[in-house]
Amino acid sequence: MIRILRQILRTGIVTCKCPQIDDPNIRVTGINLENSVKKRFRRSLSVREVDSGSCNGCELEIHAINNPVYDCEKLGIHFTASPRFADVLLVTGPVTKNMEIALKRTYDAVPSPKIVIAVGDCGCNGGIFGESYASLGGIDKVIPVNIYIPGCPPTPTDILNGFYKIFL
Amino acid sequence: MNGLANALMASFGKDVVADENATPATFTVPAERFADAANILRESYAFLCAEWAADDTNSGRGYSVYACYRAGSEYLIVRAELSRDNPEFPSLVKHFVPAYRFERQIRSLMGVIPSGHPDSRPWIKFEDWPEDAWPLRKSFDAATKMPRLDGQYAWLRAEGEGVYEIPVGPVHAGIIEPGHFRFQAVGETIINLEERLGYVHKGIEKRFESMTWETAVKLAGRVSGDTTVAHSMAYCMALESMTHSDVPVRAKWLRALFLERERIANHIGDIGAICNDAAFAFMIYQCSRLKEVMIANNLKLFGHRFMMDRVIPGGVTVDIDAAAKQEILTELDYLSEQFDVIVRIYEESSSLEDRVRNTGILTSELARELCTVGIVARASGLNVDCRVHNPFPPYDSIGIVSPVLTAGDVHARVWVRVEEIRDSIRLIRRILGQIPHSPIAARCNTPLPETTGFAAVEGWRGEIIYWLACGQKGEINRCMVRDPSSVNWLALEQAIKGNIVPDFPLCNKSFNQSYSGHDL
Ligand code: SF4
Repeated sequence: MIRILRQILRTGIVTCKCPQIDDPNIRVTGINLENSVKKRFRRSLSVREVDSGSCNGCELEIHAINNPVYDCEKLGIHFTASPRFADVLLVTGPVTKNMEIALKRTYDAVPSPKIVIAVGDCGCNGGIFGESYASLGGIDKVIPVNIYIPGCPPTPTDILNGFYKIFL
Repeated sequence: MNGLANALMASFGKDVVADENATPATFTVPAERFADAANILRESYAFLCAEWAADDTNSGRGYSVYACYRAGSEYLIVRAELSRDNPEFPSLVKHFVPAYRFERQIRSLMGVIPSGHPDSRPWIKFEDWPEDAWPLRKSFDAATKMPRLDGQYAWLRAEGEGVYEIPVGPVHAGIIEPGHFRFQAVGETIINLEERLGYVHKGIEKRFESMTWETAVKLAGRVSGDTTVAHSMAYCMALESMTHSDVPVRAKWLRALFLERERIANHIGDIGAICNDAAFAFMIYQCSRLKEVMIANNLKLFGHRFMMDRVIPGGVTVDIDAAAKQEILTELDYLSEQFDVIVRIYEESSSLEDRVRNTGILTSELARELCTVGIVARASGLNVDCRVHNPFPPYDSIGIVSPVLTAGDVHARVWVRVEEIRDSIRLIRRILGQIPHSPIAARCNTPLPETTGFAAVEGWRGEIIYWLACGQKGEINRCMVRDPSSVNWLALEQAIKGNIVPDFPLCNKSFNQSYSGHDL
């Protein structure tokens, strides 16, 4: 136990100050939230992540926004296990034929108002996998998307900047 | 070292035709004797690495089926030609368990029938796809809009008093890839687990066929994003072997540097995540912090956090200078000092030990039977590592210490990772100390029609295999990808039996197999 405490103290706080920028690469469509709602979200935003066909690269970066360095919880963003508790669906793609139904069902299970963020080039438009017999392309082919974060994969900072669009 | 080839030739005599030009040694046998060959190779202690089919109709032939075997450092491919109208071959399942899924996949995606296979349910292709949609056939247009039919997957069933089922997924509670697991349990004890994968099938193998040899490396780097270096390396090495292209020596050393960095980063992340699944959150924070140190440095030194697209046919795209070397050495010093502290804490936590020891045991016999590879195999007593058995420079000169443990439990899989991290740190130091000077890339030749290429690379999960075939017009006719997950997923099903349901996440994480690499 003493070793654990010592290591925690020695490590100290490693969280970085991420620049909060209005990234022009991140496209936003149709979020019309009341300011009062935005304010609430700012302190508590529950996120359900869905991998609808990614290569797992985007997942690594979503994990990273959770690590002590980026620590998304400091912004009130936390990941939830159930879509029923979620305000935001964070979706990586391309949407595969085999995930289409599961993605739709997860979307339907999220209570309104809901925000969908598409992560990565694949989530935005199908990326390198494109459209084929097995891949339907970007997330908006299956469910409405509000925020598009491009990148392969987008860095943790890019992803956090995508979230800022909700708070702005 | 060609015991397998000798055994095959001795028993097949005139029935086997060797292809002199192919690497590895490739032998064509009559279709009806495809399984006999497997039997003979099994008796010579071979492992089945992969099994796949190719559509040669564009070259005026029918289909062919391939099986790749390995014993020690020898790889060998057995091939059989099948007719265009009735492509059928004898199943290998009786001789090699992993053929079970390979052949279901061959049947589902290529429409080539393994006769005598005990399970006719589709694999990767779902039951709501048309029966006769075989995407890997040349006659199938990749842009086909797949209709959705009715269809139910026939799950295995368990009946009896007190038996109940728990379906999990495809969308899991955490931030992980999708897949479906169905448990049959009595009380807390799991009596059977059935996996159903294929949710992230993006049509990667078909997609390869629409790309050029140069651009396809990008796709190889995205088969499994966490293993991007190893996958792009395997693709490049297969291409370089089929075109007899030379890679400058410095590029080879840099590739090894990237590969070992990828190994360390993933292993550290895994150790943290495994402990977290045993509710020891301290470790995940420490490990993910250390992992971030490496990933952030990758961006700074190589221009991408995961080093995607840094390995290209003919070499690599980034070099290191003296300052970068120094930076990596400083990083490694910090990393190894910190890592030792947290590993010590791992070892001393008895409550953690209680969870990881004797949990999810994969016995050596099973590990062998299932032809497992990589960390899973090495935690269960199998000494398999491409870096040891088929070393390419610099591995032939810097000496690998590949740890092998025998317990086969979660702890063994953690400990293999711990030892590998330590060895990779040592390897990187040696690479930095001895890296020779030369250009970092050379021109990679274009493949000649009707040639094939092959490579095996030890990624952090284990052996990754690529097999490439060039068509008559010089195009990519087939790119077969065998991620370690394709075999190791079977082992998880076996390791979980008799464990309690709450230990499943822990066991699963200790395997940490790729869904994307498996589903393709
Ligand atoms: S955007 Fe890139 S990293 Fe993300 S899923 Fe697609 S290929 Fe993988």
